[in-house]
Amino acid sequence: MVEFVIFFLMAAVALGAGLGVVLARNPVHSALLLVTVLIAIAVMFLLQDAQLVAAVQVIVYAGAIVVLFLFVIMLLGVDQIESMRETVRFQRPAALALGVIALAEVLFLAGHHWATGAKSASSGLHAGAGGNIERVARSLFTDYLWPFEVTSVLLVVAVIGGVVLARRSGLPPDVDLSEGGEEDVARGEDTGPTADEVTTP
Amino acid sequence: MKLTDTYFLTFGALLFTIGAVGLLVRRNVLVMFMCVELMLNAVNVTFVTFAKSLDDIRGQAIVFFVLVVAAAEVAVGLAIIVAIFRRRRGGATADDIDLLRG
Repeated sequence: MVEFVIFFLMAAVALGAGLGVVLARNPVHSALLLVTVLIAIAVMFLLQDAQLVAAVQVIVYAGAIVVLFLFVIMLLGVDQIESMRETVRFQRPAALALGVIALAEVLFLAGHHWATGAKSASSGLHAGAGGNIERVARSLFTDYLWPFEVTSVLLVVAVIGGVVLARRSGLPPDVDLSEGGEEDVARGEDTGPTADEVTTP
Repeated sequence: MKLTDTYFLTFGALLFTIGAVGLLVRRNVLVMFMCVELMLNAVNVTFVTFAKSLDDIRGQAIVFFVLVVAAAEVAVGLAIIVAIFRRRRGGATADDIDLLRG
């Protein structure tokens, strides 16, 4: 009964905050509501005997990924209000219709028991010694050792890609609405005169 | 009343749909990314639910791979957004980034 109350409380919080992420006009509000969703989901993981996943959810998702979002929002100063004008005709009705169809499909899948495999003999949720962390670790380092190693490659690629993309490219901005040209001067030394310097003597 | 898997799966389905519709409706690139995170989390809920119902710890191990992919996606995606905003100072929505549009 207690589990039931907790589940419905967290489901209501997560779904309400999820709607808030979509509906909030300000991206900062969206990011903070996303933290709410993630923590509510972490509580749900605890309800399902997934203690390590719940902790990682809070630490990595709420602690690192959303903070990265907030960093970028603050860094770019994009906390302006988004205009709600429709630029593609019938976009919102079409999106809602597609959403209803997708919801019907996934609810159909959720309501039926498609996954009826036999209980795992070797990697049960409570099998063997040790707690949840130990069992997840054993699974990661035995069954999923090769994907685990490939994951490290993926992370290296992501880090290198992030550094390369976020580096100053030396290209002039094609839309320069600010009057300041000090950035162009600072990086113009190795790339020659930029468009800004050529047009304004 | 007993808390069965169907409740969790239905919750995951609802959250996934909210994320999908948000991805289609919103124009702000950052909010679109957050909607992708919502969808990934809905999938994680489903994985953990099946880990519980099939009594298999590997469902929880898979969540870590989803998490890593999400982290890599956010790192590269946000770097792309920073690069786009550096070139277009006026702010960029998904409508403005249409250089590949036919």
